Amino acid sequence: MALLEIKDLHASVDGQEILKGVNLTVNAGEVHSIMGPNGSGKSTLSAVLARRATYEVTGGSVLLNGKDLLAMEPEEAACEGVFLAFQYPVEIPGIGNAYFLRSAMNAIRKHHGQDELDAMDFLPLYKERMKLLEIDEKFMSRSVNEGFSGGEKKRNEILQLAMLEPKLAILDETDSGLDIDALRIVSRGVNAMRGPDRAFLVITHYQRLLDYIKPDFVHVLVDGKIARSGGPELAIELEKTGYGSAEAEALQAQHA
Amino acid sequence: MSSTVDTIRDLARQDYKWGFVTEVDEDRVPKGLNEDIVRLISARKGEPEWMLEWRLNALRHWFQMAREQGEPKWANVKFPPVDYQDIVYYSAPKKKPTIESLDQVDPEIVKTYEKLGIPLEERKRLAGVAVDAVFDSVSVATTFKDKLAEMGVIFCSFSEAVKNHPGLVKKYLGSVVPHTDNFYAALNAAVFTDGSFVYVPKGVRCPMELSTYFRINAAETGQFERTLIVADEGSHVSYLEGCTAPIRDTNQLHAAVVELIALDNAQIKYSTVQNWYPGDKEGRGGIYNFVTKRGKCAGRNSKISWTQVETGSAITWKYPSCILQGDGSVGEFYSVALTNNRQQADTGTKMIHIGKNTRSTIVSKGISAGHGQNTYRGQVKILKGATNARNYTQCDSLLIGDKCGAHTFPYIDVRNSTAKMEHEASTSKIGEDQLFYLRQRGLKAEDAVSMIVNGFCKTVFKELPMEFAVEAQKLLGVSLEGSVG
Ligand SMILES: Nc1ncnc2c1ncn2[C@@H]1O[C@H](COP(=O)(O)OP(=O)(O)O)[C@@H](O)[C@H]1O
Ligand SMILES: [Mg+2]
Repeated sequence: MALLEIKDLHASVDGQEILKGVNLTVNAGEVHSIMGPNGSGKSTLSAVLARRATYEVTGGSVLLNGKDLLAMEPEEAACEGVFLAFQYPVEIPGIGNAYFLRSAMNAIRKHHGQDELDAMDFLPLYKERMKLLEIDEKFMSRSVNEGFSGGEKKRNEILQLAMLEPKLAILDETDSGLDIDALRIVSRGVNAMRGPDRAFLVITHYQRLLDYIKPDFVHVLVDGKIARSGGPELAIELEKTGYGSAEAEALQAQHA
Repeated sequence: MSSTVDTIRDLARQDYKWGFVTEVDEDRVPKGLNEDIVRLISARKGEPEWMLEWRLNALRHWFQMAREQGEPKWANVKFPPVDYQDIVYYSAPKKKPTIESLDQVDPEIVKTYEKLGIPLEERKRLAGVAVDAVFDSVSVATTFKDKLAEMGVIFCSFSEAVKNHPGLVKKYLGSVVPHTDNFYAALNAAVFTDGSFVYVPKGVRCPMELSTYFRINAAETGQFERTLIVADEGSHVSYLEGCTAPIRDTNQLHAAVVELIALDNAQIKYSTVQNWYPGDKEGRGGIYNFVTKRGKCAGRNSKISWTQVETGSAITWKYPSCILQGDGSVGEFYSVALTNNRQQADTGTKMIHIGKNTRSTIVSKGISAGHGQNTYRGQVKILKGATNARNYTQCDSLLIGDKCGAHTFPYIDVRNSTAKMEHEASTSKIGEDQLFYLRQRGLKAEDAVSMIVNGFCKTVFKELPMEFAVEAQKLLGVSLEGSVG
């Protein structure tokens, strides 16, 4: 059984259709990259998979490990293993990173009937993962994302990913706004999390990230549909030719 | 699938857990307010003549105010006029009026406090907290009295203080909140039934938190208690106050007065977690909490700090204030006020700078959910002689849903050009983006709201004594339950 099975997915925002029939199958252990021009619906797709209520599903189906993902609330989807690294991480003033993350871990553990982690169990693990992402320990007691630089926010997203150990990790333009060092650190964090039980959807506008995180498959999303799919070589081709050719093909397909 | 607003709305649908009634025999006076009732109250309490005169004087003033102005109308709250003749002004559990030991307290009342999580038996107490429990009109038990007495700390019911420490009571009663101060203060002065009295002698740091727990039990009664705390030179004391009441579908009046006096280098920290019954979702019943609290930093370098977490009551009208008279004195006000369903709160503080180099800090966090209306009203007054006075005010409002309201009325009156004032204010809504972020990490909607609200209140919670802070966080969670769905 596939980890994620998206069939003819349609979704709209404020009555306007954004996703116009997306089909995608992702197996455990695979890394899929979703590329495409701005406004093509990449963030919409990730938001729908994370069950954000402002995105209305108007058709199609999504199965996560055979379960109906579209019937889930955001927290259920999270507990079932969906993790979204946000393009724009949100600030939660007054709540420390460590407290927040431990609460999240325990919510998920509770869902699976596991015991809660106390601070003593949690902290060593947290510190170890912070090292991996070259994050200072002082960070723990700072409020979630408050006053963080763009790069710090993105690293914090990957730190959370590393702690929550999801089945399906969706990275929405994690590379945007990162300098080359930060990009390397973030990629190292992601690569460390690759494994046979986990799949990644890596959304990016640029080929650059894929030099560090090698995808198994590359898809090009154009105007709410997957216009092309291929191996890593497709990303390199797009880097040379731009999205123009994919867009042209998509147009041709529409008129055919 | 639920929208954010639905999610938020559901958090407000939670039962009040402290709403039970205790069956005890009551000794109550007839309804109504007149000189005979006041004489009756005073007689029931076996008070000396001077105390009765003080009450009657206040009563006459109250009648005059009632005739000429009536209830204060300036607050941003709406309620039908209160019929002051339809209230029972004294109700006490039928037992000996003075209680020598806990064995003499009606077991039903001891049980009540245990249900509320306030065991009165000393051995069960959290070490380090002495409790005075006020049940309807009278104090039923004060714990740890002996241990405190060894250090010269007086902590007893107001009635006992009138009997045993008349000198101190006469000297300070009404010295910060005179009966002429306002309508409810006058009413309280006439009919107050009990409360707590604290005196900390020179140089003594009170070894434990002192705490009063107020419980309204009887129907159709008002609760009018008075608290007087005097911190002599160089002394320190931390005082906690908690309140609950049964669920009843008529409104009940609570008009308390609290006076604090800090002499040279003395510090008083006064913390309140107020959870009177707030009324039901439609706004039926609930406590009218019309309270006058004021502290006087009479001495040099003295400090008075108010921290309040106001989650209960149908209407809250309350402005814990500081008169900064001594040079170098410090006043602080940290407040969280939450209004849900049909609750209304008009609360804030007054900082009156009189002495030189006086400083004040105001941090107010208002949270409105459901149809709740939340008003911050604060005054900072810098008088002519208050050279180098400083004030910092931070006033934040958080809205949950779109049917509630937040209002801010800061009044600033500066008569000395050396004053430094800083004012920050913000109003925000719990954003769909914040909620979604937390839920995406696995947190349930109500836990997510609770977390955002607790984060919002953090600067106030960290001023509370540890166990109280934990209580306050839980209470906030419970008070918000049902405001998200
Ligand atoms: N919350 C929203 N409200 C209104 N329009 C939106 C919202 N989110 C996305 N859109 C619109 O949907 C389209 C796709 O956006 P998005 O999924 O963010 O694209 P991408 O991530 O590929 O750049 C755009 O036209 C965008 O303006
Ligand atoms: Mg995007």
